[in-house]
Amino acid sequence: MTLKNSWNNLTRGIIRENPVFVMMLGMCPTLGVTTSMQNGLGMGLATLFVLMMSNIFISLVKSLIPNMVRIPCYIVMIASFVTIINLLMEAYLPALHEQLGIYIPLIVVNCIILGRAEAFASKNNVWQSLMDALGMGLGFTLALTLLGATREILGSGSLLGISLFGENAYPILLFIMPPGAFLALAGLIMVFNKMVGANK
Amino acid sequence: MTYVMIFISAVLVNNIVLSQFLGICPFLGVSKKISTALGMGMAVMFVMTIASIATWLVYYKLLVPHGLEFMITVVFILVIAALVQMVEIIIKKVSPSLYQALGIFLPLITTNCAVLGVAILAIQKEYSLANSVCFAIANAAGFTLAIVLFAGIRERISSTAYNLPKAVRGTPIILIAAALLSLAFMGFSGIGK
Repeated sequence: MTLKNSWNNLTRGIIRENPVFVMMLGMCPTLGVTTSMQNGLGMGLATLFVLMMSNIFISLVKSLIPNMVRIPCYIVMIASFVTIINLLMEAYLPALHEQLGIYIPLIVVNCIILGRAEAFASKNNVWQSLMDALGMGLGFTLALTLLGATREILGSGSLLGISLFGENAYPILLFIMPPGAFLALAGLIMVFNKMVGANK
Repeated sequence: MTYVMIFISAVLVNNIVLSQFLGICPFLGVSKKISTALGMGMAVMFVMTIASIATWLVYYKLLVPHGLEFMITVVFILVIAALVQMVEIIIKKVSPSLYQALGIFLPLITTNCAVLGVAILAIQKEYSLANSVCFAIANAAGFTLAIVLFAGIRERISSTAYNLPKAVRGTPIILIAAALLSLAFMGFSGIGK
């Protein structure tokens, strides 16, 4: 039973309640940083880290926090983990840190993290909260990586910095510009809906 | 002159929603009707302006003297959360109809990345207090402009929803409309370098 629950909690975030494609949460980093696959992956993993830490710690201390002040407490905890990952990335991945810029401190206001803290971690035990965070984080990472890859292939004609179509190809520059973010996401959601069959 | 440049740049050239992607959640979530979009824009303007003053003072008068600059994320989000709570109480008292219209979206301003984003950007750009207030008002005006325009488009879309191809109904058509709006704003790029 527990095993089945764990599996359920893990997979829910990846497909059925994918934070980006289905729930439309965390849109700012989704659209803002995905000019390349590497940026999308980096942002996804940073968010995954914060989500896992916050879900684990919130489910650990949930019984100690008075109900009235729970949201400010969650926000302070989330902000602390964001500060940690911000400093770590600045030290060890300075190039990626530069690329993601303002969006790293803004992980703290990513609705997915506070949403899962409030909807899941504050009601469930540590193990299930970890599974939930892993699923949601992986779903988010998957969406950002896909979107980043799509935009990089269409917009700069390369993938992970490796040129795909040779010298004479004209990439559709629009896709690495702001309007391209909306267009590419619209396209991916259409594909996702078709595949999952959510479009009755 | 600086103020004019900051204003034009923030409202048109680097529009906070359409080219910086901050505040996308309310942009997509509260833009079904022009009236609510306008209310949301006003609420954001109010919060953003007060927040920029408060965060600027906290950063330069409290964090810098004590060498605590790395605490910026934690402290700023707390200041903003407290401010939003205050604004919510005030609006509830002063204008119940606006409170009813914005409903659950007022607490969501806390997690509106535009407010925190503008506060952090003003610090990163090393603006003076007057410049950061101007920056905040300009960005809020840009947010309001974008969300009201977008609400106008969405009102049209919803009245013709049944003529749309099945694949684009729901979220995709909204994102496509946002893409077109963002494309239109790209026309301003290059003004006032």
